[in-house]
Amino acid sequence: MAEPGSSSVAKTAPKAKPRLEPVGRRLVDLPWWLFGIVVIIVWAGYIILTRPKYQEAFLWISGANNGVLAVLKAGIAITIGTSIVAYSIAIVLGLITGLGRMSRNVFVSNVARMYIEVVRGIPMLVLIFFIAFVGVPAGIDLLHALGEWLSSIGLSGLGNLFIGLENQAVPMLARAIIALAVTYGAFLAEVFRAGIQSIGRGQMEAARSLGMSLGQAMRHIILPQAIRNVLPALGNDFVSMVKDSSLVSVLAVRDMTQIARLYAGSTFRFREAYVTLAVLYLTITVVLSLAVAAYERRLRRHE
Amino acid sequence: MNDEAIIVVKDLFKRFGKVEALNGVSLEVDRGQVVVIIGPSGSGKSTLLRCINYLEAPTSGEVWVEGKRLTTDQRQLNAVRAEIGLVFQLFNLFPHLTALENVALAQRVVRRRSREEAERVARQQLEHVGIPEKADAYPAQLSGGQQQRVAIARSLAMNPKIMLFDEPTSALDPEMIKEVLDVMLALAAEGMTMLVVSHEMGFVRAAADEMIFLDEGKIVEQTTPQELFTNPKEERTKLFLSQILQH
Repeated sequence: MAEPGSSSVAKTAPKAKPRLEPVGRRLVDLPWWLFGIVVIIVWAGYIILTRPKYQEAFLWISGANNGVLAVLKAGIAITIGTSIVAYSIAIVLGLITGLGRMSRNVFVSNVARMYIEVVRGIPMLVLIFFIAFVGVPAGIDLLHALGEWLSSIGLSGLGNLFIGLENQAVPMLARAIIALAVTYGAFLAEVFRAGIQSIGRGQMEAARSLGMSLGQAMRHIILPQAIRNVLPALGNDFVSMVKDSSLVSVLAVRDMTQIARLYAGSTFRFREAYVTLAVLYLTITVVLSLAVAAYERRLRRHE
Repeated sequence: MNDEAIIVVKDLFKRFGKVEALNGVSLEVDRGQVVVIIGPSGSGKSTLLRCINYLEAPTSGEVWVEGKRLTTDQRQLNAVRAEIGLVFQLFNLFPHLTALENVALAQRVVRRRSREEAERVARQQLEHVGIPEKADAYPAQLSGGQQQRVAIARSLAMNPKIMLFDEPTSALDPEMIKEVLDVMLALAAEGMTMLVVSHEMGFVRAAADEMIFLDEGKIVEQTTPQELFTNPKEERTKLFLSQILQH
């Protein structure tokens, strides 16, 4: 209720003193940082277009060197595709964990809390190694054991399916996605928790006093408002994940970073490779950030 | 049948940490009766209402609604709460839904009515509280008085047997109090069983069958409005009445 009033105050405030340094004020308020970044990107684009060594580095790293279809298998496509798939899983994981963290069931809330704290306490790079080389093999062992148990109780069809699963059959890309999803699931759990806690107690009380169950109140009343509140935060975290996805290059996944490393290593064109790589990430993240900011502005306007 | 007590509260205690909000409250509300609770702030009025639909679980004591004792069984509580409307001081409308959706949602989710049926009832109830033209407005676009009337419509749409009002006008600007009280008076006239926490003397005079004066978590006096105002028995009651009736 306070928002409409306060936002109209904020809108009228600048109008109150229009005579004060109109041109100077406007110049100072311009987003110079954005102009700076655009200049860097345009400058880099000019270099890539005009210098063959940079052009080659760009084609390699973006994944376009082997023709149009090859783009889908490496470079930008892997970076963005990995991020989208991992983030989708992380959202589900985060929502479940965030709800679990607030559960009145002591066991559930402690498991959720432990997951969050474990992920927070391990560097992301180490966690990626751990999940790829310890977590996934352990999971496969567990499935084998489950398969043998299933076979022993007569479900040999399903059991053999699990037993036949080889550790090597899980590609590094899948491990990288699991690692990113597990890491971000813990971050997003806290985002969702904060979003749910930002909804006043009265909302839950009103829903419950109408006879809704806890689950119905969550689904129809609390979550729609909470998710709307955290959408900008979710957008910003997606931008972070696009950047953090560069860490999966340590698993030899052919994302932009890995290809840049391979290219630099084989041609000794380190400068070309890493200038191009940095500018590519910058372009992607700036575009995404601007989209998130525009969306956030639109949300505010409708409040 | 008509004289049977619809709410029975026996020896209710509620403790928040070290604070004793309710200190052994017992009362009965008959079908069709309008009972108004008054008392100083912190006397446990809101807690008493919120214990009756178990929004707060009492520390000890019994609550009986329509002859059934409430337990902490969630399924039973959900069913009972659907029969008891609760109107809050701060309205607590759902801000992401229009007025119509606010009134229709619980009917669909809890009463399992179809969308058409729920919206038909919702329009009827918005008409009932006098703002059918605001069906498509969001709560932020409504005045306080209009919001509270939507909140009342939201409760009424569930066809409750009892309505609880927790200081429904104390967050409203003076010019909006009347429109909410008018709706409440109409409800009382229709024979709704009501338990109202309010210091609106206009409403008390026009509608209250019985008054309860609550102080420090205990019922100090329970009698007719006539009796309470003209002949209060307890010193505390006199003192409190002199304070609220001064203006």
